[in-house]
Amino acid sequence: MVQWTDFERQTIQSIFGKMDYDDVGPAALSRCLVVYPWTQRYFGNFGNLYNAAAIQGNPKVAAHGKTVLHGLVRAVKNMDDIKTTYAELSVLHSEKLRVDPDNFRLLADCLTIVVAARMGADFTADVQGAFQKFLAVVVSSLGRQYH
Amino acid sequence: MLTKHEKELIAKIWDKMIPVASDIGAECLLRMMTTFPGTKTYFAHLDIRPGSPHLRSHGKKIVLAIAECSKDISSMMVTLAPLQTLHAYKLRIDPCNFKLLCHCILVTLAAHMGDEFNPVAHAAMDKYLSAFAAVLAEKYR
Repeated sequence: MVQWTDFERQTIQSIFGKMDYDDVGPAALSRCLVVYPWTQRYFGNFGNLYNAAAIQGNPKVAAHGKTVLHGLVRAVKNMDDIKTTYAELSVLHSEKLRVDPDNFRLLADCLTIVVAARMGADFTADVQGAFQKFLAVVVSSLGRQYH
Repeated sequence: MLTKHEKELIAKIWDKMIPVASDIGAECLLRMMTTFPGTKTYFAHLDIRPGSPHLRSHGKKIVLAIAECSKDISSMMVTLAPLQTLHAYKLRIDPCNFKLLCHCILVTLAAHMGDEFNPVAHAAMDKYLSAFAAVLAEKYR
């Protein structure tokens, strides 16, 4: 089981408590599609992903970004058993969506950078450490049901 | 593959970092060692507490090297030749760690530049830093 310090718990609750999911979700997903263009392979039916402006203005990308971020909330609320919380989602991503699990890490990195840009100096090294530890657990849990 | 526009963007960003190289460099290193504790193993000979002069001077070296290289990205192999030798034969840092530092450099830039570090700038910078890291590891074997 993952051991969380009080600082880590408070940091995660605080960041997600103050976050505007409808802003951060689309920003993180669209950033991922721009910075790592091969991730677009999973979004063939999303329409125009031709360039950065198109991606950032694409309503399907925005909607899906919100879905993904709201999905993260379940882990925030169940920090002591993220593995079980995400078991079904992991099966979904492996068997139905067939997403290469390395992509979870890419999206997590983009989310970290979006949060850093929003929080500025408040995103200290310690806060980053806690945030990335949380995302590492999420990424690992999502990759667990791949066989 | 970097376009002409991306190279200009990268050079512009690093030019702004030169006057604050110690601050930025120290921050990148601190972020990396906090988030990826395994990287601390390379710094047993330094004082790596936040604000330490070792962290600042070491960080400054790294930032200035990256900034210098950004002024003429096409000549990267020539500019970095001495650093390639240093990393391959003396420092021997496992190249997987370059990715970790690059990520923390991106986070530092994002924290300082906010919205200005938009997806296009992020993509360009990620490509540049990946190329830089690859060149650094070239002489390893």
